[in-house]
Amino acid sequence: MDMSQVPVRARQKLVVVGNGMAGIRTVEELLALAPELYDITVFGAEPHPNYNRILLSPVLAGEQAFQDIILNTPQWYAEHGIALHMGKTVNRIDRVRRVVIADDGTEAAYDRLLLATGSTPIMLPVPGKDLAGVISYRDIHDTEAMMAAAACKRHAVVIGGGLLGLEAANGLRLRGMDVTVVHLGDWLLDRQLDAVAGDLLRQALAARGIAFLLGKQTAALVADAAGAVAGVRFQDGEEIAAELVVMAVGIRPNTALAQAAGLHCDRGIVVSDALQTFDPRIYAVGECVSHRGVAYGLVAPLFEQAKVCANHLARLGIGRYQGSVLATKLKVTGIDLYSAGDFMGGEGQEEIVLSDPAGGVYKKLVIENDKLVGVCLYGDTADGAWYFKLLREGRAVNDLRDSLMFGESAIGDAGVQGQSRAAAMQDSDEVCGCNGVCKGTIVKAIQDKGLFTLDEVKKHTKAASSCGSCSGLVEQILMSVVGTDFQQTPKTRAVCGCTDYSHGEVRQAIKAQHLLSHTEVFHFLEWRTPNGCATCRPAINYYLLSSWPHEAVDDPQSRFINERVHANIQKDGTFSVIPQMKGGVTNAAELRRIADVADKYQVPMVKITGGQRIDLLGVRKADLVDVWRDLGMPSGHAYGKSIRTVKTCVGSEFCRFGTQNSTQMGIDLETMLANMWSPHKVKLAVSGCPRNCAEAGIKDVGVIAVESGWELYVGGNGGIKTEVAQFLCKVKTAEEVKEYAGAFLQLYREEAYYLDRTVHYIARVGLDDIKARVVADAANRQALYQRLLFSLQGLPDPWGERVAGGAKHEFIPLKVIA
Amino acid sequence: MKKATESWVRVCTLTDIPPLGSRVLARDDGDIALFRTDDDRVFALLDRCPHKGGPLSQGMVHGDSVTCPLHGWQIELASGEARAPDVGCARRVPSKLEDGMVWLAL
Repeated sequence: MDMSQVPVRARQKLVVVGNGMAGIRTVEELLALAPELYDITVFGAEPHPNYNRILLSPVLAGEQAFQDIILNTPQWYAEHGIALHMGKTVNRIDRVRRVVIADDGTEAAYDRLLLATGSTPIMLPVPGKDLAGVISYRDIHDTEAMMAAAACKRHAVVIGGGLLGLEAANGLRLRGMDVTVVHLGDWLLDRQLDAVAGDLLRQALAARGIAFLLGKQTAALVADAAGAVAGVRFQDGEEIAAELVVMAVGIRPNTALAQAAGLHCDRGIVVSDALQTFDPRIYAVGECVSHRGVAYGLVAPLFEQAKVCANHLARLGIGRYQGSVLATKLKVTGIDLYSAGDFMGGEGQEEIVLSDPAGGVYKKLVIENDKLVGVCLYGDTADGAWYFKLLREGRAVNDLRDSLMFGESAIGDAGVQGQSRAAAMQDSDEVCGCNGVCKGTIVKAIQDKGLFTLDEVKKHTKAASSCGSCSGLVEQILMSVVGTDFQQTPKTRAVCGCTDYSHGEVRQAIKAQHLLSHTEVFHFLEWRTPNGCATCRPAINYYLLSSWPHEAVDDPQSRFINERVHANIQKDGTFSVIPQMKGGVTNAAELRRIADVADKYQVPMVKITGGQRIDLLGVRKADLVDVWRDLGMPSGHAYGKSIRTVKTCVGSEFCRFGTQNSTQMGIDLETMLANMWSPHKVKLAVSGCPRNCAEAGIKDVGVIAVESGWELYVGGNGGIKTEVAQFLCKVKTAEEVKEYAGAFLQLYREEAYYLDRTVHYIARVGLDDIKARVVADAANRQALYQRLLFSLQGLPDPWGERVAGGAKHEFIPLKVIA
Repeated sequence: MKKATESWVRVCTLTDIPPLGSRVLARDDGDIALFRTDDDRVFALLDRCPHKGGPLSQGMVHGDSVTCPLHGWQIELASGEARAPDVGCARRVPSKLEDGMVWLAL
């Protein structure tokens, strides 16, 4: 639709009540989706712009200043044309006139209203709760009150041994007060830790000079002559001195405004999966909300809600909020604890425990039905993010079980000097080896720009944006900087910013709806962009081709340059050319032609690749077609998400140890798989005996000959993260090798997400599942194998096509027409 | 920025550039990349990404921008500006489309 043709319509009015993290995050997400849709007005009760409430504890502890934790400056509101009313509390919604009214009489009309009123601290209903010197810990005002009290008072009592209470106690202690924490439970953080970890925590905090009274119930707060608090009296009659009392016993969703307006509330304001209240014009996000009976008090779920809510406010109408799994981390410098899921353990669950009380380390993993369901870490939390990932993915962990307790680093890593513990790293240590990004740079970006997700860190710092092997490390850093409240990368992530659909959903739609082109996919799945982006287009292209072979048409403009021109782009814009050399076998005539080409086109480097092929590096694009013609060899596909190479050893033809003709087996496999596109590159190897000179143990499909037949291994990877291939089965004949390997690869081609290697795919579905479908079920294996052969039938050699004159425009530069 | 010697020259027809694709005009003082959007608008930029000099002409065109093939920077076709948070600019070459013929101001 051409916007200039339609009469200018007044913009819709969006009013946001609540100037905190949830409300403003929703506005930010909305501005990214539909910047022109609304005139936005924001009301905030506090006289401050939106700040990072999570970081109040570091402010109290003196580690950061208030201005460091402001997320959106007044200029930000102005730049986005947002009318900001700071220090005004909205106390009435007139749903008939669609107007909100603030305490000073300010009115604002709305078409859509977003409630983000947050929560209120619970004040224990004990005598004396209203005395001067009794405060909660919620906002910058409370923080300032505590800092002021610490400057002149001596005794502080914190009621509540939860996360907030302990952070307050730690901050007050650092500011020199004598602090006692009173807690009703039998151990600290009794909702986040088990008894053992809770006791370790108590010892560590006690060593910092904080006193604890556990299992104590507060009876009353005692006043001095001036009417300020002077002490706390307990149910058992004991009394202690206190000139400052901080109540940190919990929060209650702030529903007063919504309730007065007649909106349905239970614990919080009741919302649907679209974050809509019972009045369709009114949405609500954040701590004030009750979603499927749960009210959240951490930031990560609020951000997930903000994303979905913004999507609906932008009238895109896709995306559902389905609740969040939570993880906990305490923001007390020097004390590391982490918990997530069902960490208490119980009937039908197994526990793996590592306990070293003297060393201050305790780890408990709870496993149910081969899946990690809970984790509780104290002292060493470096692997918290990794465990949380396993937990959320619901991935089977039986294959990792032996080394699970020792963390992700025990699984093998490369490229980061074996460094996998973010907390132990220096600011100058390199995190991302691809883009040269140090820890300090990442920390600074997180703090300065207020980043909360891995994607945001990737965008701003480029860390983890190339090979991605340091993603886990970056997540750890994110976690250690922003605490629990960082946003975990979602399990089923959207393909890219153009859609909210995941890879699985896109592929499903292509199959179920018989979609045959990008246009049809974009239309059916309501893509946000007219023609996608460099991330989604290649993925869709692959899903189309693999779902509808010989029907869907390959779109060259949705191919990365390497796959479009069938050569590998180099840093200076030249290309590398690797001709096909099945099984790594060549001959004198081919070598002569390669040498002649190298001379004729002044190829700067000729190199043997890791996959036993010959690479001509530095060929100019305009020479590519001529080089291919002179070589007279087909494409070696060394540039694509495709079959790469089948590496072989010399086998029984020459080697005195060889048990089978591995070279011929490799050549046969490479012939069968010629021109095969796949979700990511696919590498094979065939070794003629268990000495395994072809390194079949780190290939997507590795074949090892033994006297009585062939062993097949799958899911190996020698790249970013060394992964040893897993045993699939043993077969007798060469024909069976082709059938089993082909069936496995077809399964991978049909089900893996784009850019997942076989190892990632197997990790997702489980090797048992693959064995069941490829090894045990003969009919299914045959069907898979036939589908593979059908897909590959008649695929042309891309170099030959271009030598014959195809896709000329790619290779010939334009000239000024005289 | 206008140079005294700047003049309009014909380079190719619209159909010489594939939709959502690009062509290169080879020049001694730096190649020029020509891009065609889905709705048949044509843009021209110096064929060098402001990041590490990658050939933008080899990138993927989507919407009104192109993604550099080397490290994935997104460059706005109309302005040559890198999309935030990246900062940089590829020089723009004025272009126009007349009767199916593509002209550049060189």
